[in-house]
Amino acid sequence: MGEALFARIAKERAPLLSLWFDAALEGYARDTASFLKDRRDPFANPVGHHTRRGLERLFDELVGAMDMEAVTQALDPILRIRAVQHLTPARAVEFLFRFKRILSERFGAAPRSAEAAGLLFELHERIDRMVLAAFDVYMACREQVMELKANEMRQRTFRAFQRAGLVRPEHEKAPEADGE
Amino acid sequence: MNTRYLFAFLVVFVLFLVSWLGAAAGLGWLFGVVIPYAAVVVFVVGFARKVLSWAASPVPFAIPTTAGQGRSFPWIPQAKIDNPASNWGVFLRLLFEVLTFRSLFRNTRMRLKEEKLTYQLEIFLWVGALAFHYAFLTVLLRHTRFFLEPTPWCIQVLETLDSFFRVEILYPGVQFGLPAVYLSGFVLLAAVVYLALRRIVIPSVRYVSLASDYFPLLLIFGIAFSGILMRYVTKVDIRAVKELTLGLVTFRPTVPEGIGAVFYIHLFLVCTLLAYFPYSKLMHLGGVFLSPTRNLRGDTRAYRHVNPWNYPVPVHTYEEYEEEFRDKMVEAGLPVEKPLADAADEAAQEKE
Amino acid sequence: MAEAKPTPQDVLHRIQHTPPRSDWMETPVEIRKGMYCYAANPKSVATLGLPHPHAWNPVEDDWHLPENWQQILHEGFKERLERFRSFKVFMDICVRCGACADKCHYFIGTGDPKNMPVLRAELLRSVYRNDFSRMGRLLGKVNGARPMSFEVLREWWYYLFQCSECRRCSLFCPYGIDTAEITIMGRELLNLLGLNIDWIATPVANCYMNGNHLGIQPHAFKDMIDFFVDDIEEKTGVRVKPRFMEKGADILFITPSGDVFADPGTYTAMGYLMLFHYLEEKYGLKVTWSTYASEGGNFGFFTSHETMKRLNAKMYAEAKRLKVKWILGGECGHMWRVIHQYMDTMNGPADFLEVPVNPITGTRFEQARSTKMVHLVEFTADLIHHGKLDLDPRRNDYLKVTFHDSCNPSRGMGFFEEPRYVIRNVCNHFYEMPANTIREQTFCCGSGAGLNAGENMELRLAGGLPRANAVQHVHRKYGVNMLACICAIDRAALPALMDYWVPGVQVTGVHELVANALNLPGQNERTTNLRGEEFEELMAQAEGQSDEG
Repeated sequence: MGEALFARIAKERAPLLSLWFDAALEGYARDTASFLKDRRDPFANPVGHHTRRGLERLFDELVGAMDMEAVTQALDPILRIRAVQHLTPARAVEFLFRFKRILSERFGAAPRSAEAAGLLFELHERIDRMVLAAFDVYMACREQVMELKANEMRQRTFRAFQRAGLVRPEHEKAPEADGE
Repeated sequence: MNTRYLFAFLVVFVLFLVSWLGAAAGLGWLFGVVIPYAAVVVFVVGFARKVLSWAASPVPFAIPTTAGQGRSFPWIPQAKIDNPASNWGVFLRLLFEVLTFRSLFRNTRMRLKEEKLTYQLEIFLWVGALAFHYAFLTVLLRHTRFFLEPTPWCIQVLETLDSFFRVEILYPGVQFGLPAVYLSGFVLLAAVVYLALRRIVIPSVRYVSLASDYFPLLLIFGIAFSGILMRYVTKVDIRAVKELTLGLVTFRPTVPEGIGAVFYIHLFLVCTLLAYFPYSKLMHLGGVFLSPTRNLRGDTRAYRHVNPWNYPVPVHTYEEYEEEFRDKMVEAGLPVEKPLADAADEAAQEKE
Repeated sequence: MAEAKPTPQDVLHRIQHTPPRSDWMETPVEIRKGMYCYAANPKSVATLGLPHPHAWNPVEDDWHLPENWQQILHEGFKERLERFRSFKVFMDICVRCGACADKCHYFIGTGDPKNMPVLRAELLRSVYRNDFSRMGRLLGKVNGARPMSFEVLREWWYYLFQCSECRRCSLFCPYGIDTAEITIMGRELLNLLGLNIDWIATPVANCYMNGNHLGIQPHAFKDMIDFFVDDIEEKTGVRVKPRFMEKGADILFITPSGDVFADPGTYTAMGYLMLFHYLEEKYGLKVTWSTYASEGGNFGFFTSHETMKRLNAKMYAEAKRLKVKWILGGECGHMWRVIHQYMDTMNGPADFLEVPVNPITGTRFEQARSTKMVHLVEFTADLIHHGKLDLDPRRNDYLKVTFHDSCNPSRGMGFFEEPRYVIRNVCNHFYEMPANTIREQTFCCGSGAGLNAGENMELRLAGGLPRANAVQHVHRKYGVNMLACICAIDRAALPALMDYWVPGVQVTGVHELVANALNLPGQNERTTNLRGEEFEELMAQAEGQSDEG
């Protein structure tokens, strides 16, 4: 009975992933979602491709070793995309919570034994850990976007001027971070 | 509910009702003579006016979409059709565009092997569009037999070819007495159904579709369906029909007795299509030839394209530029037209 | 809530929680931060005497429009229909087949359905039907017609500045409908109301008055080039001697100012200087720069046809004043669309120039016979083809290079083999990205057509995703670490894109690669590349990486 729940979930990998993928696309307009879903070419549809691949890897970790580094790596492409799209932070990570619902719809919400309850708890706890990791990844991406926004001009243009010695702002005597 | 296709459906239904009631009321002259003449006039005048109105706007710039290597050195092979440098190349480009829908086909060319299923829907647009247009053309050409006496040999050959691919009817009893089955009519019907379903089912296409996208499809469905009905089921009196159509083209219109209502419905829907054509997107038939991204040569650096309304514009001249920066230019060692001293003299003179 | 009745496909896919989607015309536009660029500075608009300069803010409810703005737009629309057959035909013939829908990088990256090219065009078409077609007005919304309103205007502005005029959609359109053309017209109309973005308006004003987009004055321009001269000497031991506005030089050279003032384009500019020095030393070719015509790019192209012409005029004017034989143009994207498809028509005929002939190889540039302007990359390709350059590609051996076809040279010129030929001759490791992401099917960097500002970073990163995704593929598969391009906007925009999506890939112009491989007469042992990085270290790093892989 011990591994039963995890094994049962693992056995239904394909249909569960398909449901999860659908759930992950719910933040998009309907016509966009159908494009993201149907267009299988990874180069014509990178959002759909990375989302699908990311979910596959998350699924495997969820029922497998739950290696947090691997989880973060799997989350990265999904959230990196969401961090520059129109989704709110809550919407961006919602897809992880949705997997709980998918599982309960598929396997029943109420555990039948104490052991099963323990496993279900463990499963939910794993998803929660994924959510926390997702927040971290999302925020790191947002911070990077903000940094790019703030520094791009400075790095690309002013740095060239600075190298040329054409600008010497008095208030900015700090050494160049990435200068030669 | 999508009001757009409902609206289109409603309009076609009303058209059907109108013609059916008209035929039942014995308005043969109206539906068999007056409306067809009017429709043809509207079509011809409208089509010409639209094309002329396009042609009236000039092509100020040569802006072909270059879809392959342009003409360069002799040792770099040029994509002579996708990026033509000769009028012959442009002709071929348009020809492939019109006959094979080359750009649309580009859609389907790239494909990864591992992925299958839904992605192949892409090619169906091309296949569907091709089937639709060629079937329509065949049907159209076949119909010229109604306007020509005797039927020209080329039309007869086409008919033979079209029915050559006949769908064998399995029950000999039913087949007895059936005229040859023309494939084109059924292909047309199937293609129209496919194109309409595609519009309704694929969300992104439904999202952008307007009533004027559904309407012609439903109209053509009605035309094809009534045509097939006439030919294989209700059996109109072909001789009477030909008498009417010949009368129309020879300007001696007559309305023979005994033509079924289905014919008038068919004819009325055709007339609607004709009259609607010039005022709709169906004008892509003419527009594709006038599209500046397709009908111009790509060698725009080798030959000057003339813009008929090119007008002079204010520019910031070098003189004005030097006037503003002369000191700094001289200081930086940049050459100037007027040395500083001269410029100062002039300024002094102006003051006096 | 009137939820749309689900189709079988929807049921099949079990999309349950998609927000009830209203018709696109009834979905109000939300101008979102990170997706739009700041409004034009009225001073910049006034500098060129463009209509209605005024201060306004896109997110506010009052844009301070002129009273009769609808009339201005209507008349402007009409005028453009009469002037441009492209516009008129494209307004009429779209059948909404959907072939273009998923070809736009902004749609792919943002997922916003109004970024489907067909809908972007419908934004204008809906008004066209209402204003210029009796049937359209009669049927109204059901046939996709709507009167111009402030909501529509907001939508126009928001989405016309989410199109980089890359023309990828026009490639797939069975009628060649070109969204770039529609965006160009739409932006012209917006400019009639003074509704430009500042990232375009201010460079345009700068370019008009000072000769380049960045507003660099002549002495500063020369200072910068002088600095390159020092830098090149430091790295190669050779002191190059650039010429400025020299009358009677053979060739006038014009490149986007981004090459002179922004990394990593600066290294490309150093590459130009080294190449010209080599050609002068070896073959006596005299190439001159100009500070008056110090901008190859043309943000006027993103404003209006007229503004484009006003900025472009300097090229021929300066060539005429300096009495050069012909003009050579640097690596730039939209600059080359303007030169290839517009310049001769607008400001030609250039009968005061000669048909370009490469005096070193004797090649007559037939392809530039009338415009008399040659692309530096084709010029270099010709030199290499005739064995006129002394190249040591081993200095680029630490690089695994892929090439990003810039939109404009691709779909406005068909310039594919020339850059590849040059790269293959100066680099030993070259890898192509997947076929549906290069050449005529290339994906935009996400920042073209004046959209490479900082404030719209989310749009740029999302729009650049399809490009970055293909780079990531070759980065993982072959260890590609350098993304080459022939466009200054690419060089400005792609580094951020790479930082975000594919860290570990740098960006370079093709002539930086050329210069690193080029043996200059009298050079030192060349221990560093133009970026000052030691070759030994770079090679060691590269070997380490390929060992891992």
